[in-house]
Amino acid sequence: MSGTASASNSDPVPARAHPDAGSGGSPDEGLDAAFFLRWLAAVAAAVGREADRLTALDAAIGDADHGSNLRRGFTAVATALDADRPGTPGAVLALAGRQLISTVGGASGPLYGTLLRRTGKELGDARRVSVAELGAALRAGVAAVAQLGGSAAGDKTMLDALMPGADALGASDAAGDPFGAARAAAEEGARATEALRARKGRASYLGERSVGHLDRGASSSALLFATLAEVAR
Amino acid sequence: MSAAQRVAEEGRVGVVVVSHSGPVAEAVAELARGLAGLTTAPVAPAGGTRDSGLGTSADLVVEAARAVDGGAGVALLVDLGSAVLTVKALLAEEDELPANTRLVDAPLVEGAVAAVVTAATGADLDAVAAAAEEAYGYRKV
Repeated sequence: MSGTASASNSDPVPARAHPDAGSGGSPDEGLDAAFFLRWLAAVAAAVGREADRLTALDAAIGDADHGSNLRRGFTAVATALDADRPGTPGAVLALAGRQLISTVGGASGPLYGTLLRRTGKELGDARRVSVAELGAALRAGVAAVAQLGGSAAGDKTMLDALMPGADALGASDAAGDPFGAARAAAEEGARATEALRARKGRASYLGERSVGHLDRGASSSALLFATLAEVAR
Repeated sequence: MSAAQRVAEEGRVGVVVVSHSGPVAEAVAELARGLAGLTTAPVAPAGGTRDSGLGTSADLVVEAARAVDGGAGVALLVDLGSAVLTVKALLAEEDELPANTRLVDAPLVEGAVAAVVTAATGADLDAVAAAAEEAYGYRKV
């Protein structure tokens, strides 16, 4: 897994000798496919690092497979992106989403898969997208997740991190630090799930006993925004 | 779990039983087939993950749906959680499941029996789905 991820990191697009030299993804020039390949490789590495922590969170109020499920899913994503190397941001995200749906095995697969696939579809065929466009596309992706799961903010789900993260990215002024703002908002949203009572999924069977535990989906969603901020730096 | 064997019948609605557990999906499919009697309908299980763990495999669902698709539609019966979400995510995709595949809102065991028995009569997908959904109304106490 880490081998695949670091291979993607060092050589995101074979056609470009120096991916960071010209464009690659600085926010003011627009984000290209190489940027999204780096992001997903970084997510795969981060999920691999954090798998045990995510699974431990899931053990408290779920079925103790969130970390291992996501590790399997994002490893498959890294492998598929390495093999295919799609040429547009939209195609990168759509392929990643499809991989998650077919390989994760748990509810996080269709949920994260829908997030990335819908976001990718929103970005269309553009070779470069602005931060504002990514923010808008992510909001559409998050809305699709909410519809799929029949969930809303405050249900103690991944939405509690995804919604503030995507909103912050979409609302940010490109001159500031939009990715840092999105990361902070998502992490704050994830932290706030500790006080919430679960209303969706297996954790909801626990009722009041779910209070006092961080939601694992919100925690892994915060990880997505944290790696996005790292890759954008 | 091995790849689904093709059991489709021309013009007959197919039924797929999706569960987190391979043995549950197989047993419910077997039960429905058995209760349908001599004239049955195409039914296939899609349970667990490909490595026989608990969970839902999108690929197994797609394989099972194709295996029972005889051109008259496919009814998907699901248990809970990731099974529901995986099927909904696949339906949103529009290019992997056979045309006229539908998630049926029904209890898994009772719904699967009702769906297979109804499909065996040659009923269309609307009637098969309605029969499965009616299973929510069978009170036991």
